[in-house]
Amino acid sequence: MEILLEIIMIPAVLAIIKIVVIVLLFALPLGTFLTLMERKWSAMIQDRVGPNRANIGNFTGHGIMHLAADGLKSIFKEDTMPKGADGFLYLIAPFFGLIAAVATFAIIPIAGPIGDFTFQVTDIEPGLLFIFAITSLSVYGAVLAGTSSNSKFALLGGTRASAQMISYEVFMGLALMGIFMVYGTTRVSGIVDGQNEYWFGSLIPMWGVFTQPLGFVLFFTALVAETKRAPFDAPEGESEIVAGYFLEYSGMRWSAFMLAEYVALVGVASLITTLFFGGYHVPWLHLWESAPQWLVTILQIIKFSVFTLFFCWFQIQLRWTVPKFRFDQTMALGWKKLLPLSLINLFVTAFVILAFA
Amino acid sequence: MELKVKQVQRVDGAKEALYLPAIFGGLRLTVSHFWRNLFGAKDVVTVSYPEEKRHVSERWRGRHRLTRLDNGFLSCVACYMCETVCPSECIHIEAGEHPDLSVEKYPVVFDIDELRCVFCGLCVEACPKDAIRMDTGVISMAYTSRHTFDFTRDLLRDSYDPKSHSNTKYEDNDLPSPKDQTEALPNSLGVPAT
Repeated sequence: MEILLEIIMIPAVLAIIKIVVIVLLFALPLGTFLTLMERKWSAMIQDRVGPNRANIGNFTGHGIMHLAADGLKSIFKEDTMPKGADGFLYLIAPFFGLIAAVATFAIIPIAGPIGDFTFQVTDIEPGLLFIFAITSLSVYGAVLAGTSSNSKFALLGGTRASAQMISYEVFMGLALMGIFMVYGTTRVSGIVDGQNEYWFGSLIPMWGVFTQPLGFVLFFTALVAETKRAPFDAPEGESEIVAGYFLEYSGMRWSAFMLAEYVALVGVASLITTLFFGGYHVPWLHLWESAPQWLVTILQIIKFSVFTLFFCWFQIQLRWTVPKFRFDQTMALGWKKLLPLSLINLFVTAFVILAFA
Repeated sequence: MELKVKQVQRVDGAKEALYLPAIFGGLRLTVSHFWRNLFGAKDVVTVSYPEEKRHVSERWRGRHRLTRLDNGFLSCVACYMCETVCPSECIHIEAGEHPDLSVEKYPVVFDIDELRCVFCGLCVEACPKDAIRMDTGVISMAYTSRHTFDFTRDLLRDSYDPKSHSNTKYEDNDLPSPKDQTEALPNSLGVPAT
């Protein structure tokens, strides 16, 4: 028993256990679940019924069996490759997006540390820079798929994805710069702890969304653009370029793209929660001083999950609300409006910090 | 008549350029729909077809049936009116002598090829004896073999029970199988079904 505990406490083993728990038990299942929920929720928004037919015997579970049906279908579908495609790149492209989406969870804390044990895979010093690195990597999946498919539509989609990534990456960084300045650290745990402070005694928590409201809007917009979802879904552009960069894919590789999109959606939601909504910190919990540690941890996990789920829902809701931007509008919005706005935000933040802190 | 022109005020300016007011306006609508439908699908108008069926009007021209007299005989006197008027030539009648001398003729064969039928209802209008009607309320016929769509006289007669008048009371699988159909054909005389 003690040997087992010692093995578990080896940092590498511990990290693997955390990865398994956070990624395989939280991010991937939630992403898979959202593929169905997007269909169900969009049906509710549009006064439809949504998928409800897949069944085993009489059990449909309000459409939950569609998850199994879709998975089985993808596995047994033929994995096609177009003539003249770049074989190697074509085959590995789907997993770039998926790996990048999953890697976001490396730095996200889902609950406060208990002693030395942290609920976070790794708490690296340049935490936010890691986010930048990973989110810009995620576009490689789209670009590689677009260039290797030997298809004009896919190439257009890949090009659009890369152009969009470049324009929105710029002010995403600038929007987060405000967070650096307010909390004075790039370490994610430091930022989360910084949001546990309060204004006016213990009235308003110093969440990122209150210290950086404009930064929140900008960062959220940039992340929605990075995940290539509506209103920034020009890279997929169903009405213009069929399905964009993953047009030629079928079967499980296509599913990998879909899964990457939804895992990225969960990643965006958890990033927003962590950086702008106090992370795992339950607001005003410090007023209850005699709270037992285990209850606090459970409450923190619940708070984190609820906020993450809420932002997953919000992104889906947003997709079914706003119309798509034309691609030139996407570019104009990014460079002409949001980039100057993020610079103004940075300037005002710096001024306020200089003047009042 | 004067042409009506509706002037739409084009919204422009800072509020529109911000996008956010418009986005939240849209979100208010979609979230309200989402929220109402989250508990009990209140706005959903979808009819889950095979399980529940839409109300079908009394005048709906559905699958045909041959009516019967009070004594159980077919009303049809094999006058060929419907076969003549049918624009898609899907009705095939062969007349025979009726055992009851007052009736004169009856259809030995009365086939309707429902695959050819365009459901125009002209046969119903042409019939002098009100012998053919399209009031069964069967709105869709979906079978797996072409053979099944050839509705013979006994099928047209027997698959409708005039005693219980209501729409959409047939299940498609209540129909006799093609095998029963062919067996029923040769020795049937239009006499009351036992």
